[in-house]
Amino acid sequence: MTPAPLTVPATHADDETRQRRLAVREGLAVGLATAAYGVSFGALSVAAGLDIWQTSFVSIVMFSGGSQFALIGVLAAGGVGAGPAAIASAALLGVRNGIYGMRTAPIVGAGLWKRLAAGWITIDESTAVALAQPTPHSRRVGFWVTGLAVFIGWNATTLIGALIGDALGDTRAYGLDAAAAAAFVGLLWPRLKRMQAVAVAVAAAVVAATLTPVLMPGLPVLVAALVAVLVGLFNWLGGPTVPGGASARRGLRS
Amino acid sequence: MTLWQIIIAASIAVLALKLAGYLVPPALLHKPTPSRIADLLTVALLAALIAVQTLGSGQALTVDARIPAVIVAAGLFAIKTPFIVVVIVAALVAAGLRALT
Repeated sequence: MTPAPLTVPATHADDETRQRRLAVREGLAVGLATAAYGVSFGALSVAAGLDIWQTSFVSIVMFSGGSQFALIGVLAAGGVGAGPAAIASAALLGVRNGIYGMRTAPIVGAGLWKRLAAGWITIDESTAVALAQPTPHSRRVGFWVTGLAVFIGWNATTLIGALIGDALGDTRAYGLDAAAAAAFVGLLWPRLKRMQAVAVAVAAAVVAATLTPVLMPGLPVLVAALVAVLVGLFNWLGGPTVPGGASARRGLRS
Repeated sequence: MTLWQIIIAASIAVLALKLAGYLVPPALLHKPTPSRIADLLTVALLAALIAVQTLGSGQALTVDARIPAVIVAAGLFAIKTPFIVVVIVAALVAAGLRALT
């Protein structure tokens, strides 16, 4: 892939091109970073007892990091007997993708096949990059470039991780678990510009951590999401209401 | 249930949830409250995932090299370090600390 130029002219005529280039560059950067920790999933999945085919199937069809890690986490701990809990955990963590889809549907536009393809790649990364762009066109570009870059990178590195999983041994020794957490920080960080968002983030993190020893894996994250519903419903700490979409500029580029 | 059945059921469930988001009428999000909730949901879910990813070890909470790695990552994002650089540095911090201890 060709890196976009570091400096671009800022004339009005070039504005749309510039926005598109920024969206492409951002999408590819996020795709690269995500691919870097796809190795971690592949290796951990094999360690959890899945074979290479099963590992790749999950990365292709499920294609959602949080759900995938939850699935293999529960299976690693409880084996096939924990199957229902593993399915529930993955599905519950996948609910947020449906919420993202509500936001990305207007960006993608109409058309059955286009929406099927878009739905498939609607994840944290593609949604975050798309919503961070300032114009409808650059949002669309950001969504597709990020989604496809992550899809290709994630599946390629999942396969690599599965293949070298045994050779790699303990993936924790390579810090890949921390890399996954750091990537989530990168997606959250630009969304913390308002007091309300910061409060929700802190409360949600506390709720999720507190409930982790108590509830089935996957549930703490969803219960933590109730914080957002409550704060959003009553607009605590929010000040005057903003019209829909006004917050779309908040995103990766801070 | 066989392992394959678990994997297929979970994968289809997650994919179906993604597609379901595209069936919700977009007008719903043009009202301020649903839009605000959707925004905050993303924040809450990402923050919760960070907490679980950083502290979780199965169903137990553990303090290990992931915590300093995530703190370093947050600091680097604060000074606008590129995404890929931060992710690599975070992995190196965790790997380094584990190699030392």
